Amino acid sequence: MNMLASHRGRIWFDLLAVQMTVKEGAVPSLLIGEGELSGRTCSLLLIQPDAHNRYPRARHGEVGLLEGWALAEAVSHIVSQEATVEPEHKSAIIAIVDVPSQAYGRREEALGIHQALAGAVSAYAQARQAGHPVISLLVGKAMSGAFLAHGYQANSILALNDSGVMVHAMGKAAAARITMRSEEALDELAKTVPPMAYDLKSFATLGIIDHFIDVSSAIAPSSEDIELVQRQLVQAVKNLGGDTQITKRLQGENRGASRLVRERLRAQWKGAAPK
Amino acid sequence: MSNGNDPRLSISFVEQSARKRVEHILDAGSMQEMVTPFDRVTSPWLEMQGIVPQFDDGVVTARGLIDGKSVVAIAVDGSFQGGSLGEVAGAKIAGTLELAVEANQAGESIAAVLILETGGVRLQEANLGLAAIAEIQSAIVELRQFQPVVALITGPVGCFGGMSITAGLCSYLLMTREGRLGLNGPQVIEQEAGISEYDSQDRPFIWGLTGGEQRDATGLIDDFIDSDVIEVRQKVQEYLSKGVPKAFRSEAIQSSLDRLKKVDTRSQITAEMAREILSKEASL
Repeated sequence: MNMLASHRGRIWFDLLAVQMTVKEGAVPSLLIGEGELSGRTCSLLLIQPDAHNRYPRARHGEVGLLEGWALAEAVSHIVSQEATVEPEHKSAIIAIVDVPSQAYGRREEALGIHQALAGAVSAYAQARQAGHPVISLLVGKAMSGAFLAHGYQANSILALNDSGVMVHAMGKAAAARITMRSEEALDELAKTVPPMAYDLKSFATLGIIDHFIDVSSAIAPSSEDIELVQRQLVQAVKNLGGDTQITKRLQGENRGASRLVRERLRAQWKGAAPK
Repeated sequence: MSNGNDPRLSISFVEQSARKRVEHILDAGSMQEMVTPFDRVTSPWLEMQGIVPQFDDGVVTARGLIDGKSVVAIAVDGSFQGGSLGEVAGAKIAGTLELAVEANQAGESIAAVLILETGGVRLQEANLGLAAIAEIQSAIVELRQFQPVVALITGPVGCFGGMSITAGLCSYLLMTREGRLGLNGPQVIEQEAGISEYDSQDRPFIWGLTGGEQRDATGLIDDFIDSDVIEVRQKVQEYLSKGVPKAFRSEAIQSSLDRLKKVDTRSQITAEMAREILSKEASL
């Protein structure tokens, strides 16, 4: 499948990291910016396309074997470096998300890409649970396993209000094949079934995104756009107020069943205790 | 075999329903299911797509004892929608694990056993399945600091998609010969990368790469076990009694990077090559 690599992530990374020290992670497809955001130390993390990636199925910005473990290394390094720092002074970790998918390939399955992605999930979750503010900024695609590994463990998720920003469990073509429907039929269904939809408005009802940021352009941002995004990132860190959980996502309009199940479980928990 | 070496007397765990599987691994009479089919909490999204929901939404979650120790045991029902996770199914798993975390934080010791028979996200509930998987993963990373989280993949569905990542987060991971573990389902890889990359019809090839025996030989799981019910129960007990491991598989960062950065990717990989690259004995 031919695919043009997206440069949205890199565009936003470069603009937000202007005052930061930028370095490569364990692989060139991971960029790390280290600096400050409104007085708080912070690290920006970006998975970007690398046309020379050792793994051919991970050359368009996909999260592959190396990317998963490289994210794990970068994030866990920050956590261990600041293990003794008080939570209110721990640096913020900001994932810039523009990931088309996880890498689909034979080498990937054979060499345990699931485990590489688990490395990244684990590191991000540990960072959040240790008290680091972990913020995701969606500037492009946030697909499936790639998003689980890079962004979904954040305790606050922000998204540009732009049609090129997309969160989904599977690309449309593959989803159509697996569910034995046409892509057109999937689009029809998505109109009435919010969790199926590929558009941001439906996604907003799921409670996963804290804030949509209105920018004049997602691919050629103005200086006002950049300032606005910086302010929103600072605000997102402040709003956390020490929260290390992701449970506020459950407040979404279309997450009634998620809340109901948890209420029932809690009500039955004590009664189900072993005698 | 655990029944006096007579295979005719052995009961296969693989053939048991999700509810029976939970019952089998728990001490006799200790199973207390929560949000049972009688609660009738069904998927709010399937009926509007013309799919008949199931009263337990394909997940059985229970409290009980294993070898006298308090646990939560959760099984995904591979026979309902391919063991896929939608909003309700996912919330049953995440919610149970979250309560186990709370209990441990309050000083009560509760371990977890996950019986994973799942294709991952239920595409009919796409984004809510994915959201639930992120919540399950968060809860496991928290819970495994207190008590072991043992995952069991026995087949026939196997464990795929976002839930394969979940398996990679568990304290211990056990598989049988019938189990498979991989991120991307064979059909999806073929769709995205072409048949020369991955032939979804070639079953020996797929089992050779992702089956329990291969996952054991490549060090991606802790134990390759027999699918006899008694053996499964004994192995779960054995791993629970090991307690919290010194390091988690998801933290083997440097050794994984060192190995994967050396792989020659000019030609396609075979199962044997994967064993050479990943085996514990492989030189770094």
